Amino acid sequence: MRRVSAPRASLPTADLARIVVFAAFIAVLGIFPGFYVGGSGVPIVLQNMGPLLAGAILGARRGTASVVLLLALTAIGLPLLSGGRGGLAPFAGPSGGFLLGWILSALVAGLIVQRAERPGLPTLLLATTAGLLVDYAIGIPFLGAYTGDLGAAAVQSLVFVPGDAGKVVAAAVVAALVHRALPGTATGPAVRSE
Amino acid sequence: MNPLGLYQPGTSVLHRLPAGWKFLGLLALATAVFVLRTPAPLGALCVAVALGYVLARIPARRCGQLARALLVLVVFVFLLQWWLLGLTGAVVMCLRLVAALAAANLFTLTTRVSDVVSAVERGLRPLRRVGVRPERVGLLVGLTVQAVAVLSGIAGEVREAAKARGASRSVTAFAVPLLVRTLRHADELGEALAARGE
Repeated sequence: MRRVSAPRASLPTADLARIVVFAAFIAVLGIFPGFYVGGSGVPIVLQNMGPLLAGAILGARRGTASVVLLLALTAIGLPLLSGGRGGLAPFAGPSGGFLLGWILSALVAGLIVQRAERPGLPTLLLATTAGLLVDYAIGIPFLGAYTGDLGAAAVQSLVFVPGDAGKVVAAAVVAALVHRALPGTATGPAVRSE
Repeated sequence: MNPLGLYQPGTSVLHRLPAGWKFLGLLALATAVFVLRTPAPLGALCVAVALGYVLARIPARRCGQLARALLVLVVFVFLLQWWLLGLTGAVVMCLRLVAALAAANLFTLTTRVSDVVSAVERGLRPLRRVGVRPERVGLLVGLTVQAVAVLSGIAGEVREAAKARGASRSVTAFAVPLLVRTLRHADELGEALAARGE
């Protein structure tokens, strides 16, 4: 198996490539039909794991950039969100805040992961959990502004908590395995160029 | 994924209007939707947006698709809001939803991705002084669309491999190999870009 070349700190093109390819990765998570986990009839869409993985694997700066890129391309009309959604409508809809919250998700998850010398599972769990909470912190008030009732918005959002909790754990486990498979290529101080 | 995006080709006034102006119009409409709090003006706004679809001559089949997707959401939201906020609140909420989403979709249907890209490039031009390179926007769009195609292929292979190992229900058996190959593809792309002098 070919070794993945080490990142060269002074190479912004390597950063650019990671940002672009990870934005595409998040889009692919949405294109793929959901997983049926635990015998439940409801397919679980994996796309909202994407921003958590972006932060946890690429670090704060590049992870955030890839989420911003994905959302920008969605906004200009590419159908990159789950179910082939795209354009400005997803942002104008009641769950638009959860989409915008993805940016902070990646940022917060990335900042937490970067603090650790070698991100282990506990750090990654903390990072993905914090990332999701930040998303809720943006998404629920946005929904509340839409409906004019913050409490109702919070109650409505409870539906997503069990699935999201599972995804937070899955994202942390996946990120830990990726960090183990490709040590040093993902985050770490060496990649903080510019 | 349709690489052309959600654009619906046409020659109507709405198609020919510059992307920047259309976007400003959409912003104005979204503001109105947020400010208005009674059913009658919101209903009028919905009718106006519907007339926009007629003006743009969006094919009935396409309208039907969009309406179905919207209907599912609206019914769900309506029942929930009715239960939580009462009837008037639910009606206002649903009219807002229809006006905002239908208008946003109309923008996307009548505006080419390439036109939005050039509008964004023009809009970012003043930021050149702080180090933003607007001409890179088009490159980013192209690269990402290409990467989506490459990764979809990889995702299909990875899923087949997971199935062959009897792990088709495992999220990690899908996501980890996909991510490792994603990062590897990024390295290759980075080298190719560096070689091109970007």
